[in-house]
Amino acid sequence: MNLQAVRVIYKSEMSRFFRTIAQSFISPVLSTSLYFIVFGSAIGSRIQEVEGVSYGAFIVPGLIMLTVMTQATSNASFGIYFPKFIGTIYELLSAPINFLEIVIGYVGAAATKAFIIGMVILTTSFFFVDITIQNPFAMFAFLTLTCLSFALLGFILGIWAGNFEQLQLVPLLVVTPLVFLGGSFYSISMLPPFWQTVTLFNPVVYLVSGFRWSFFGTADVPIAMSLGAITLFTALCLAFVWWIFKTGWKIRS
Amino acid sequence: MAAIVSVKDVTKVYDGGFQALKGVNLDIEEGEIIALLGPNGAGKTTLISTICGITTMTSGTITVAGHDIQKDYRVARQMIGLVPQEINLEPFEKVIDTVSFSRGLFGKKKNRSLVENVLKTLSLGDKMENRVMMLSGGMKRRVLIAKALSHEPRVLFLDEPTAGVDVELRKDMWDIVAELKKQGVTIILTTHYIEEAEAIADRIGVINNGEILLVEDKDTLMARMGKKHLTVELADPVGDVPAALAAYDLERSEDGMSLRYTYDTKADRTGITALLADIAKAGLTLRDVKTDQSSLEEIFVGLVQGDAA
Repeated sequence: MNLQAVRVIYKSEMSRFFRTIAQSFISPVLSTSLYFIVFGSAIGSRIQEVEGVSYGAFIVPGLIMLTVMTQATSNASFGIYFPKFIGTIYELLSAPINFLEIVIGYVGAAATKAFIIGMVILTTSFFFVDITIQNPFAMFAFLTLTCLSFALLGFILGIWAGNFEQLQLVPLLVVTPLVFLGGSFYSISMLPPFWQTVTLFNPVVYLVSGFRWSFFGTADVPIAMSLGAITLFTALCLAFVWWIFKTGWKIRS
Repeated sequence: MAAIVSVKDVTKVYDGGFQALKGVNLDIEEGEIIALLGPNGAGKTTLISTICGITTMTSGTITVAGHDIQKDYRVARQMIGLVPQEINLEPFEKVIDTVSFSRGLFGKKKNRSLVENVLKTLSLGDKMENRVMMLSGGMKRRVLIAKALSHEPRVLFLDEPTAGVDVELRKDMWDIVAELKKQGVTIILTTHYIEEAEAIADRIGVINNGEILLVEDKDTLMARMGKKHLTVELADPVGDVPAALAAYDLERSEDGMSLRYTYDTKADRTGITALLADIAKAGLTLRDVKTDQSSLEEIFVGLVQGDAA
């Protein structure tokens, strides 16, 4: 195991994060604050409590998930796509490292960034609403797994993407709609029965629901299903990454 | 000397079906500078990329100091440094950081003073804290070399190090290469500038259409294949080559002031004595005589054209 390589990849990815602190840090905080103002205060004041929780507090887990999923995906995809784009990938390919070490470095850094952003949003939300976290351990576990699995997804996208348009395609056209329709801002029980069934095909529902359960102890779907879903998703991403590793898909000619 | 890099029967067929390497065999000796000379698209970069692990070969074996580059890739790659043809650098990083990054990537422990020394040797001592994008093109090339040297490789690959750089920088690059050779680093460089191979290489390999046409000691190559020219300058112009000299196949210059005789340095008799005597007999007066050896360029063009025919 070339630990030095993992260390420098992780470090250089993290330093990119801190170099663009305004973009990577302030913008999610600002957009979250805007969500709180619009959904929490303006609209929320007209919505009754959802499952015994004030609407403002109810949307906190969903908001964190929304940002964490998109940030983990875009950070990881950009992280590995950028060397491909500017040509510095030659160094990764000629270095005495294996694919696993590359994945740990890039995915680890992207997941860390997303985790930090998630914690910042959580902290920000304390300024707007009253929330207590019933099961902090489950909360951290869900957050960590979500960061990791979506960073893996992003890594796969970054390897696959041949240009910047493709790089944006999946996050914009797949991840964001799934997250918005995944119960981030509402409880599934608020939907008509038909749409409740449709929603169950959206994998994000299980993640948001499980994460919300760790806050309030209530969930749209059983917690075991949420755990199963996030584990399955992580396993799928890992399997795909393993396949890339085996075949050198889109990396080595 | 033992071969530090050994390439055996290596072929490479790209996905599209293009065969870039057709059974390449090459032994590179430790401590030498070898120049791979060939026109664009000859397979130079593919060969280098294959040895360095960027491209996977279709068949064949490559070892670096006895270590197979596929089975034993960690040890093999640690001994290799690669300077790519394109200036591929992360623009926002600091020079010292990007060079330290390369060192770590190759599994070496952080060593700031070593990295600083590498940068100083490459005259980048005062640019360490600058961001890469602030540097000139020539400095960026030096940063690429610094990155390749940061993990103290035994073998350095330079892919077209002087393509598109000005004369001064080219000379600088040659000095750097000479300095590295002194430190015992084996250097493989690709180029399509013949004067570059002539100026710095110990051995020259000519590659075309994915095949190595020959690998030869530079001096031997030039002596073996080199034709020499004897140019005779005359005191008075001649209209035609006198019939008495027809056997020498002389070339008359346009103004008739000189005659050029081509001979083979390897031949037992070069025919110079007889020629000079016959010139005197023909009643021509000599003003000056000079000889010159055909350049590597002529040898190269001859080989490549022969290959294409």
